[in-house]
Amino acid sequence: MPRITVTVDGIKYEEDVEPRLLLVHLLRERLGKTGTPVGCDTSNCGACTVMLDGKSVKSCSALAVQADGCDVVTIEGLGANGSMHPMQRAFHEEHALQCGYCTPGMVMAAIDLLRENPEPSEEAIREGLEGNLCRCTGYCNIVKAVRRGAQEMGRAVTTP
Amino acid sequence: MTVQQEIGRPRRRKEDARLLTGRTQWTDNLSRPGMLHVMFLRSPMAHARIARVDVSGARDLPGVVAAFSGQDFAAEQGSLPCAWPVSEDVVIPDHPPMAVSEVRYVGEAVACVIATDRYRAADALEAIDVEYEQLPAVLDMNEALAEGSPKVHEAGNKAFSVKINSGDIEAAFRDAPVVIDRTYRQQRLIPSAMEPRAVLADTDGEAFTLWSSTQIPHVLRVMLAVVTGIPEHRLRVIAPDVGGGFGSKLQVTAEEVLCLLLARRLGRPVKWTESRSEGNLTVHHGRDQIQHIRLAADADGRIRGLRVGLLADMGAYLMLVTPGIPLLGASMFNAIYKMDAYEFGCTGVFTTKMPTDAYRGAGRPEATFGIERVMDELAAELKMDPVDVRRRNWIKHDEFPYTTISGLTYDSGNYEAATEKALALFGYDKLRAEQADRRDRGDPVQLGLGVSTYTEMCGLAPSRMLGESNYGAGGWEHGSVRMLPTGKVEVITGTSPHGQGHVTSWSQIAADALGVPFEDVTVLHGDTAIAHKGMDTYGSRSLVVGGVAVLKACDKVKEKARKLAAHVLECSPDDLEFAAGAFKVRGTDQQKTVQELAYAAFTAHDLPEGVEARLDSDATFDPENYSFPHGTHLCAVEVDTETGMVKIRSYVAVDDVGKVVNPLIVEGQVHGGIAQGIAQALFEEAVYDAEGNLLTTTMADYLMPSAADLPTFDLDRTESPATSNPLGAKGVGEAGTIASTPAVVNAIVDALRPHGIHDVEMPCTPERVWRALRERAQEERAQEGVRQ
Repeated sequence: MPRITVTVDGIKYEEDVEPRLLLVHLLRERLGKTGTPVGCDTSNCGACTVMLDGKSVKSCSALAVQADGCDVVTIEGLGANGSMHPMQRAFHEEHALQCGYCTPGMVMAAIDLLRENPEPSEEAIREGLEGNLCRCTGYCNIVKAVRRGAQEMGRAVTTP
Repeated sequence: MTVQQEIGRPRRRKEDARLLTGRTQWTDNLSRPGMLHVMFLRSPMAHARIARVDVSGARDLPGVVAAFSGQDFAAEQGSLPCAWPVSEDVVIPDHPPMAVSEVRYVGEAVACVIATDRYRAADALEAIDVEYEQLPAVLDMNEALAEGSPKVHEAGNKAFSVKINSGDIEAAFRDAPVVIDRTYRQQRLIPSAMEPRAVLADTDGEAFTLWSSTQIPHVLRVMLAVVTGIPEHRLRVIAPDVGGGFGSKLQVTAEEVLCLLLARRLGRPVKWTESRSEGNLTVHHGRDQIQHIRLAADADGRIRGLRVGLLADMGAYLMLVTPGIPLLGASMFNAIYKMDAYEFGCTGVFTTKMPTDAYRGAGRPEATFGIERVMDELAAELKMDPVDVRRRNWIKHDEFPYTTISGLTYDSGNYEAATEKALALFGYDKLRAEQADRRDRGDPVQLGLGVSTYTEMCGLAPSRMLGESNYGAGGWEHGSVRMLPTGKVEVITGTSPHGQGHVTSWSQIAADALGVPFEDVTVLHGDTAIAHKGMDTYGSRSLVVGGVAVLKACDKVKEKARKLAAHVLECSPDDLEFAAGAFKVRGTDQQKTVQELAYAAFTAHDLPEGVEARLDSDATFDPENYSFPHGTHLCAVEVDTETGMVKIRSYVAVDDVGKVVNPLIVEGQVHGGIAQGIAQALFEEAVYDAEGNLLTTTMADYLMPSAADLPTFDLDRTESPATSNPLGAKGVGEAGTIASTPAVVNAIVDALRPHGIHDVEMPCTPERVWRALRERAQEERAQEGVRQ
């Protein structure tokens, strides 16, 4: 059984994993990182999106062995010092979640979208979130939240 | 101290922080010491006799604790319940949680494996040997009813029939100047809540606890006790965080029953979590009706009578409220319109498919679609504006309360105001001008405008009325308020939220009623050991029934606090006035806050005669009548006549949901509903092949809209308070879904009318629109040919 080393939310783990073990199951069932939920088996819904070495991946479609030597950030490790990330706060402010099941993945995808395009238009936000499905919000408030999150994050970067 | 009014205030949700930071308790997050994982082997055939099931191969594999067939549980698994026998002639077939001798849809469970982890369980499923003797699948409702059709059940394929008549329908149609006659298909939908279902069952040998991703912990507890024989007082049901339901978790499922029975048999906790592809096969489906609608009208557009004939696909079995769903629409086909006569007939039909049941609006979206499409056809026939046809027929604002032809009494509403507001926001006249211009220019991209004026029947429900419709339970709701010694407040509700923000809204209600800070209130729910009474969450009933129960409980607490305050302040209760959370002796500065009194009631050192310790109270509310939100939705679409592509250009919704507790939550619910209604119009459909295999088992095949597929919706409101409850609220959960589907399809047909098209079957995919255009063009060419 392959042994992998993976850093998750700042903590280093060494784990023996079956080659077929999905990354999301490693996170949820071995490391107790249940903030990342599973919504589908086909990587369509995006609920399980996490950051792998700074880029968003759908953790139901990655194998645990692929995370060997990598740095994983889940929704539980996103904020700093007990406070929420600006994007998490923006989702709260804009009422961009209802049942909240898609939310961790949606927040991760939104942050990754801004990595590539820090000031996206509404169209760019909608296209950027195409891989993350929500059944509650109709996306209107999610789009607003991403825009607000972008402003807050921009401010965080530009403010000394 | 100034106290800000909480009701009506756009409060950010108390629920959010946990959900945003991953500190959630989805059922699949939960674990118990020694927990085992269950997986089910499911039928690959739509209809077959089970000749043999051999699970021994699975039992020998590493990590496998047990494996069972349906036969192994035949004696104890009972039958899944149907609580709504709608008619005298209803046939409720035996519905074993695991099939014993026959399977009737693809996905029906035939065996299960219990293993130490889900990977081992999945491996072991492959070692189970099942021998099937295939029987013919029965998929089409008309064919199912035809003589000589293969039988889904021994008793035949008719589940029930219902007929309702009001007024002289023959007279209404006799010599009617206009008769519109149309047949519409409500395609089968897959609810697709983001959280797949999950169940965890545990026992200490005597008592049982079941965690389930359910909307209905209270109903589920009663039903599980009845089905399994586990005494109700030894069974606790918990709905932890639930990731959406939309009716699909308003069910008593095979998996819930079986997990409980497996925990009993093995004496260990067992968990089952469905995969999405398993869920698409086995979460009950929605809609699936064929509607034959005939409408008779005068030459000026006044409706004389409406005849509705429904075929409703039950699927293979009747589940919790399956036969009741089309009947919920029975009194809504006449919608907001006045007419002389109405006839409704419905036949429920068994087919070899997944059963249908409640889904997002449950019967009312179907009815609204039927009438709103036909109203547009009437307008086209008479060359009237579709809005004008509606104006001619709807109930005017000064005619409320109004008893409709189907016997419901609408308490309040103002269809004129909502419609005028929506038309202005939409820019109706300007868009009509653009439409005319595009038509004149022969623009390949045509503009279509769709209107939908709707009402819905919310607040399920008055128990008396449910009794009249033969429903197996009441519709009351429970609320409980307890002031803690420190003055903080715990509200307990019998409703069971799954995204609707009850904790926030109920906090607002209690904060206002008791005059305490919003932050000082918490809300408990979803656990039958804590929220010990309730009827749960569905049918937009939570606020208008459950929220009112909380309000009533607060009033009772206040009355008790008044007696205590009078005692402490040594005055008569009548000398006290209540303001800003305090009882004040009139004309003095002497006062006690309700939060201070909570401590006095806790110490109980000095209570007045007849007043018991602790400041708390319970209340139930059972409304006199349903509530009737309404509204006007308008949709503009651009239809590319060369490719069939439909693009929503703008969408306006003006809803009247009565008094609003939290405008943010109302808006969010409407957004989500509209998205779903648009999805039915344009994208979603459960598709079975001729053998009864579901072809849309994944999210890659079943097309749910993403952010890129939808526009931003423009919302506004009017407010006609409900008179059937003291909050004046009407319910909002289903409004968007009910209104939007016909608005979108009306817009598409409006765009295509100059091409001779008067209907496109849902979902109106580019291919369907393109085919409709092509077929129409071919017909025209053929007619030209005949003429020449």
